[in-house]
Amino acid sequence: MSAYGADLLALLPELIIAVTACLVIALDPITPASRRDLLAWLSVGSLVICLGITIGQINSVNTRVSAFSELVVVDAYARFWKILLCSVAGLTILTSLPYLKAERIHLGEYYGFILLALSGMMVMVSGVDLLTIYLGTELMSLSLYVMTGLNRSKPRSLEAAAKYFVLGAFSSGILLYGISLLYGLAGSTKLEMIAGAIGTRGADDPLVLIATILVAVGFGFKIAAVPFHMWTPDVYQGAPTSVTAFMAVAAKAASFAAFMRVFVEGLGGLKADWSLLFLLISVVTLVLGNVVAIVQTNIKRMLAYSSIAHAGYALIGFVAAGRGVGLSGGTPGLASIMIYLAIYSFMTLGAFAVIGMLRKGGIEGEEIEDFTGLAKRQPLAAFLMLIFMTSLAGIPPTAGFIGKFYVFMAAVEADLAWLAAIALVFAVVSAYYYMRVVMVMYMRDPSPSSVAPPRLVTSPTLSFVLACAVAGVILFGLFPNPLVSFALQSVLTLK
Amino acid sequence: MTSSFPWLSLLLVLPLAGAVAVYLATESAARWIALIATLADLLVALPLWWLFDPQAAQMQFTEHVAWITVPPIYYSLGLDGISLPLVLMTVGIMPLCVLASWNAITTSRRGFMAVLLIMETAMVGVFVALDFVLFYVFWEAMLIPMYLLIGVWGGPNRLYAAIKFFLYTLAGSVLLLVAILVLYFYGGHTFDILALSQGTYPASLQTWLFLAFFAAFAVKVPMFPFHTWLPDAHVEAPTAGSVILASILLKMGTYGFLRFSLPMLPDASRAFTPMMVTLSIIAIIYGAYMALAQVDLKKLIAYSSVSHMGFVTLGLFVLNQQGLEGAVLQMVNHGITTGGLFLCVGIIYERTHSRLIADNVGLAAPMPQYATLLVIFALSSLGLPGTNSFVGEFLVLVGTFLWSKVATALASLGIILAATYLLWMIQRVVFGVPSPHHLPKLSDLNQRELATLIPLVVLVFWIGLYPNPLVSRMHQSVTNTIASMSREKVAPTAHPSAGGTTESLLAGSREPLTAQGSSR
Repeated sequence: MSAYGADLLALLPELIIAVTACLVIALDPITPASRRDLLAWLSVGSLVICLGITIGQINSVNTRVSAFSELVVVDAYARFWKILLCSVAGLTILTSLPYLKAERIHLGEYYGFILLALSGMMVMVSGVDLLTIYLGTELMSLSLYVMTGLNRSKPRSLEAAAKYFVLGAFSSGILLYGISLLYGLAGSTKLEMIAGAIGTRGADDPLVLIATILVAVGFGFKIAAVPFHMWTPDVYQGAPTSVTAFMAVAAKAASFAAFMRVFVEGLGGLKADWSLLFLLISVVTLVLGNVVAIVQTNIKRMLAYSSIAHAGYALIGFVAAGRGVGLSGGTPGLASIMIYLAIYSFMTLGAFAVIGMLRKGGIEGEEIEDFTGLAKRQPLAAFLMLIFMTSLAGIPPTAGFIGKFYVFMAAVEADLAWLAAIALVFAVVSAYYYMRVVMVMYMRDPSPSSVAPPRLVTSPTLSFVLACAVAGVILFGLFPNPLVSFALQSVLTLK
Repeated sequence: MTSSFPWLSLLLVLPLAGAVAVYLATESAARWIALIATLADLLVALPLWWLFDPQAAQMQFTEHVAWITVPPIYYSLGLDGISLPLVLMTVGIMPLCVLASWNAITTSRRGFMAVLLIMETAMVGVFVALDFVLFYVFWEAMLIPMYLLIGVWGGPNRLYAAIKFFLYTLAGSVLLLVAILVLYFYGGHTFDILALSQGTYPASLQTWLFLAFFAAFAVKVPMFPFHTWLPDAHVEAPTAGSVILASILLKMGTYGFLRFSLPMLPDASRAFTPMMVTLSIIAIIYGAYMALAQVDLKKLIAYSSVSHMGFVTLGLFVLNQQGLEGAVLQMVNHGITTGGLFLCVGIIYERTHSRLIADNVGLAAPMPQYATLLVIFALSSLGLPGTNSFVGEFLVLVGTFLWSKVATALASLGIILAATYLLWMIQRVVFGVPSPHHLPKLSDLNQRELATLIPLVVLVFWIGLYPNPLVSRMHQSVTNTIASMSREKVAPTAHPSAGGTTESLLAGSREPLTAQGSSR
């Protein structure tokens, strides 16, 4: 028992989240509808505790505690992502409270599923065994499938859930196939053993390459990189907005985290090969994401394509890491992804929070046109949206610029200045559709014919979320030092 | 010489604080707060004129604080003789912009004033930043406020003009970011502008970097053929927006050439000189020619800006002391004169609600004061001796003469054309015979409007008659720039192609020439 004691202690944050998730689901049937708020607050409470434990869990950035015979590790790298994911989950719950009520889908198990998905993500970011990582991925995905279809009265929500499930299951199958091939090669699913096996077999072995490609495809689905992005627009549009935000931010961040660990720790010997693969994927991703986003009229769909494009930008950091040159190796590239995704989280959460607030009569206003003249009616909300859009476009002095800056810096250091130039040219393309939102908010007058002009429904929890998001976007833009040094320290444990 | 007082930070913070105050204030108080904030900024900036040491070779009023540790980026500010006049011009123009918008802006005045003030911070920041990343942050931070200024408070076709301005300038400047990052890795892992200016870079790299810089700066200037956003933006922008665009924003482009392209990439600058001179001359003639055809006053002045900015880039790229000093002087002059012209158009637009020349005919009789000032600005714009532009254009032409006589002759054509379109405009607007139904009761300038124009008129004549204080302050910095181009700290020499015979002329020519200009 005492042998397990240390293991369980290492997994304490995950355990707390999982237990609370079960508790929330169990309590849901006996909680009267009027007091379902309490379940949300219970979830938030558990997140706060978990956050506290995670921060205090390792006192030195070099510590690497492995648990359950090296299935998971607790290191600075995992801690970085856990802190981000817990914060995102907490903010999502706070956004969801008023949103779910307005949509009349305020169900207690929703919070349970968020927590379950989060525990899956936390396993993903700390797993050093392919099966453990797969387990976390599935726990996350299954919870997200259910949450996507939460709005049963909307056909679009159900369609999105079905589509997400089918494609998600398909991609999981591919990922699993890649994992099984790697197991066949190495006789183990542990990343360390796989790295060793690849070292002895050499990078030219076709089986190794096939396995690598399959794993890359599996993760490509999760992070919505082109050409594995097909599910994204429909799912983002159909899912309830708070779920979309959670997917766009947390699921993407967790998938990137696991992705990076697998390819750096397990498949690092093949970095020349995979950096070429990801170079192609990143260019295609950011070109397609940005170009297709232009023609969207639905803002959730537009942000779906924009999130595809952002995955492309983050992948540039990965390409640079694979090319790792000089003394610092791949660290600047990897750190730049962490910085990019942390910043991306804040601005995307903020944008979705504003979208979730928008009410057109009884239903959700999610067309870009619904924002028409918002600056006149609700100047503060319009101003916040302006800041989020500016940041998504990567224009200083917002944080979005800092994110892009580090990614491109890593790219230029890896001798990929041309890639940075292409990416930046498409950043201009992206500025067009982000600024279109600003344009309808500020420069168009609402048409007098509309009976019920869309308006924003505010609530204290939403205000808090927006305050956090805007503070993140502004402060990381003006004082990025803490975030940057935290990411640079955390990435060092990734071997 | 310089005190440790953070003058430049104060210059940056004051408008920002004003913007916050405006945002919290009421609609009616907004313009007063904005006026106070811009005037306070001007008051802070004015002492710098006297505290500035013209003899000093290094940056003055410097501030150096670490901003980001990895990579080392500093909040690093400083002034030299090139940025000093531009900073003063910026903070001097801004109160006039607030005054010009006093009654012209009727919708969401708070937002308008806040946007103006935020822009002031960004523009001053561009001119004082000594860290390349910091510069880029200020450079891009301009975009959103200007986009809003045109798009929210602009004319009927404002949406098109705003997004065109935004995308054009953004597309230009993103390549600048790549160039900055490349320079970082080649220039000894620093973003310090002064350190980067000391480095030498391989010729092929310089070519690429020059083209990236060119994309950013040429769009901003705007040089032919990247000028098409300018007439649209000018026509649709509110008066204050046009003034800021013409007086300050365009100078950021030429400032960029002067601060970055020339000292950091001297070999490429020399190699690209024929192209730059050609484009400048095309801009001078083409802009003037287009101005001739315009029926809209704002468009006329917009194209005249293209032409006049052609003189600035011409002066920069003939790469000698006269040309450079003329260019810097012309940057300031264009700011004053064109700013004045746009203010004049704004004033008449408030009365007749038309910017068409045909609708504003024969203003001399109803508005004598206005007509006088308009004529002064127009004459200054065409470079009449005794006004500011004469000195600048003359120096540029002298510099060009040392480089190529043909180029000088062609550029001079621009001056003749300028006289044509401006005098023709004056003939119609001021002295034309109005058609009977075009006789609304036009009141002459009120005191607020006089207050916006008189300071500029004073500057027109002061620089026109006695440019020495200005030229002497920029002299050392221009010398430095030229010296850093040759990588030897020697006295400025002409471009190699200037030939031996003109060298002797060069040495003593500067002082007599300016004296000549002032004696007329």
